Amino acid sequence: MTATDLGLPQLGGLDLVPSTEEPQKAKDYKSDQEVRWCPGCGDYIVLNTMQSFLPTLGLKPENIVFISGIGCSSRFPYYMNTYGMHSIHGRAPAIATGLAVGRPDLSVWVVTGDGDALSIGGNHLVHALRRNVNIKILLFNNRIYGLTKGQYSPTSETGKVTKSTPMGSLDTPFNPVSLALGAEASFVGRALDSDKKGLTEVLTAAANHRGSALVEIYQNCPIFNDGAFDMLKDRDEAERRIIPLREGEPVIFGPESSDGELEYGVVRDPETGGLTVRKLAEVGVEQVVTHNPAAADPAQAFALSRLTGSDLAHTVTGIFRNVQAPSYDDLAREQVQTAMTKHPGDLQQLLRGNDTWTVS
Amino acid sequence: MSLSEVDEKVGDSSSTKLNRVVIRFAGDSGDGMQLTGDRFTSEAASFGNDLATLPNFPAEIRAPQGTLPGVSSFQLHFADYDILTPGDRPDVLVAMNPAALKANLADVPKSGIIIVNTDEFNKRNLTKVGYAANPLEDGSLENFQVYEVAMGTITQGALAETGLGKKDAERCKNMFALGLLSWMYHRPTESTEQFLRDKFAKKPDIAEANILAFRAGWNYGETTEAFAVTYEVAPAKLAPGTYRQITGNTALAYGVVASAELSKLPVLLGTYPITPASDILHELSKHKNFNVTTFQAEDEIAGIGAALGHAFGGGLGMTTTSGPGVALKSETIGLAVMTELPLVVIDVQRGGPSTGLPTKTEQADLLQAMFGRNGESPVPIVAPATPSDCFDAALEATRIALHYRTPVILLSDGSIANGSEPWLIPDVEKLPDLSVQYANEPNAPDDSGEFWPYLRDPETLARPWAVPGTPGLQHRIGGLEKQEGKGSISYDPDNHDAMVRIRQSKVDGIEVPDLTVDDPSGGEAKMLVLGWGSTYGPIGAAARRVRAKGMPVASAHLRNLNPFPANLGDVLRRYERVLVPEMNGGQLALLLRGKYLVDVRSYTKVAGLPFKAEELEQVFTDHIGEIA
Repeated sequence: MTATDLGLPQLGGLDLVPSTEEPQKAKDYKSDQEVRWCPGCGDYIVLNTMQSFLPTLGLKPENIVFISGIGCSSRFPYYMNTYGMHSIHGRAPAIATGLAVGRPDLSVWVVTGDGDALSIGGNHLVHALRRNVNIKILLFNNRIYGLTKGQYSPTSETGKVTKSTPMGSLDTPFNPVSLALGAEASFVGRALDSDKKGLTEVLTAAANHRGSALVEIYQNCPIFNDGAFDMLKDRDEAERRIIPLREGEPVIFGPESSDGELEYGVVRDPETGGLTVRKLAEVGVEQVVTHNPAAADPAQAFALSRLTGSDLAHTVTGIFRNVQAPSYDDLAREQVQTAMTKHPGDLQQLLRGNDTWTVS
Repeated sequence: MSLSEVDEKVGDSSSTKLNRVVIRFAGDSGDGMQLTGDRFTSEAASFGNDLATLPNFPAEIRAPQGTLPGVSSFQLHFADYDILTPGDRPDVLVAMNPAALKANLADVPKSGIIIVNTDEFNKRNLTKVGYAANPLEDGSLENFQVYEVAMGTITQGALAETGLGKKDAERCKNMFALGLLSWMYHRPTESTEQFLRDKFAKKPDIAEANILAFRAGWNYGETTEAFAVTYEVAPAKLAPGTYRQITGNTALAYGVVASAELSKLPVLLGTYPITPASDILHELSKHKNFNVTTFQAEDEIAGIGAALGHAFGGGLGMTTTSGPGVALKSETIGLAVMTELPLVVIDVQRGGPSTGLPTKTEQADLLQAMFGRNGESPVPIVAPATPSDCFDAALEATRIALHYRTPVILLSDGSIANGSEPWLIPDVEKLPDLSVQYANEPNAPDDSGEFWPYLRDPETLARPWAVPGTPGLQHRIGGLEKQEGKGSISYDPDNHDAMVRIRQSKVDGIEVPDLTVDDPSGGEAKMLVLGWGSTYGPIGAAARRVRAKGMPVASAHLRNLNPFPANLGDVLRRYERVLVPEMNGGQLALLLRGKYLVDVRSYTKVAGLPFKAEELEQVFTDHIGEIA
């Protein structure tokens, strides 16, 4: 029996993590280590955002843990004055799973990149998401391999010319949000490194979500893939490209017209069964879909994720999905607790078993 | 009946007393031979015999019926004295079909007993395994005592009135065979009947059918005159105490449970199913009431990853696997070496390389455990000698892991894992205390009030275990080289050199008991036979035989393979010849030669089966002859 089965209110992501009344500042979360990312790296902005965001949670800092894999972004834990482990390539979700199962009193964050999470660690990522372990996975997506100096990644656009693909890359890229929704992740969000407000909103919701959360963060690599997201940072371009998701509101975006209406809306595409972008003036606002991240069926969230192609002609941001589902670690602890309460272990009895004989 | 040199036979014509018997049940994978062997083992155990077993089954779940690859067998050795092995050759072979006969006949000594289920000896089955003529008719078995019993038919007859379908009735023939053998060897029967009632509690008609078949087998022996004699094997004179029967995998699982209790830490077993280690997962998943969590991960890497994450959180992280899984876990073991976190890796070895022989035994992974990682990456290694020793080995591995904050590899193998023997049940009160102390305050020697995660205990060189949730001790660890003491990332050449040596010194300095040598001649032996792991039994049995012939030989057994016992070099140098039998290409011999510059002789066999005592007896004799 789970809380959900019993109709009890579901725990929040941080409900078992001890909090503190002591006021906190961003600098409390800065470690003594010199940050060694390249000048202009998007990771700096995410780090700063995280360090200003954590104090708002009011948690005891010693109960926060960052686990990372390998790659530029995976240096993140060294710069946080929390507990942390910089582990091995792709395995952070697995390590975080073991930690979260044993320690409900911790807020566990995984920091990973597009190569770490989607190439070498793809298996662990999808399984952590389907299991719904109470860990928050921040996927820094710069669409390139930075630490190994510039090979294409599993999110690079097809045809990408890099050191390892002088004639252009051949693979079709992953859309990390689609992948996570395909794995039935209970929380999926996306934000831009430069959008401090949007990122903070997604991080806050992720932290408070009980279960796995995947947050894709578009992050600029100024050395090997500079400007990959520039079209989303140019104000005019951004207006036409970024589709912000807001709970309970119709999915509309674009520049404002003279009468104060936005130009575009997302509507059902009767031909494909998916979603498509249309001019509002042509279809009318009543045709526009309303965003419901709490919908049990992930179909519409998935369709929204498909609006983002690798050309970023449209980029959907915000929280795609945020549903309550039993988290693996809660259930695992519940089984152990039930067993310990019902039949407290008697080691001597276990070792004896039922079939003994005595030699005198 | 063929008897080995140390045995004697006394008695009258109707019941013969024996000191020891080896029985092998063989049949098709679907014939229930493992269950039959298990039950006979339990009967022997509750009767008080010493015993050792050797299950041998194919990797396929159901290989094509009636074929040689589909043969499954279970060998049991029971005796009225302490025995060391499951026996070389069966005194009695129970062959449920032609394939079972063909696959096992070569092991049966002349004049040995063969009991065959004649129902299966039809043309089709004979042709399937390449018998041109029926061996029961062509005189090829004239050197054996063959008993022909139509087990399927008689069983069906016995169950005719139960209303059970013919096919279901026929499936009970393994219990008929068990009943017959139980009669031949004067075994107690109550426990088997009770076992069947419990096993089929939800299907009482099936339980009754099996019991009827079991009794039919017993009655068949009792009432027909086919079997002239029965045999008795008296209880063994083992050390006083209460015993149970136990397999290596169960003993390992209990060792893990006991480790949780004795360390007062929650266990997380992160693992992925793999033969022959999966039974440890199955067993542990039943014991959550001891604060044991089992996590069946998406792969081997995630299994050990979760175990390491659990250790970072202050728990006892464990993983179970076999050789191919160790290969996948190597990088995480390296991370545990670097982060200096406690972790127990249980490797139940099987034949390799690659997928190799999943269900067969081999001392395949000693060098993999020792060196199978990048960089200078020392890992302590513990290897149990017998099924029951697995319990103590698990405690030993946990002790080292917790006390020294290091991953430890425990090397069991397929024959230990599935083999069983009596176990003198330990008194929980007398088990060691494995509790540990977490770090709880800043430790910097410079009054900075900082916490230095790599400041070591001067005795053990272990670093402090500071777990998340402890205020003021926030720190970061990882796979990058650490600055000694402070634990920050360091690429400093001298620091790296120092850290490599410190990690090595920590493992080298682990306290392990001295090696003890068994030499009943009181020091006359010129040859030492040194073993490790599951060769303990065959080496001991062979040494007994050689000594019984009047030739002194010393034997010793390594349980700690990294570090080696401190006196190992001295012991090796004391003998004119050192012989190391191994079920691999000579992995321990290589280590010993490299470390001690002693001209160790290697005797190796990589056949997927344990050594036979008679085989080693010959090898020992030859070597002793060479230096005489």
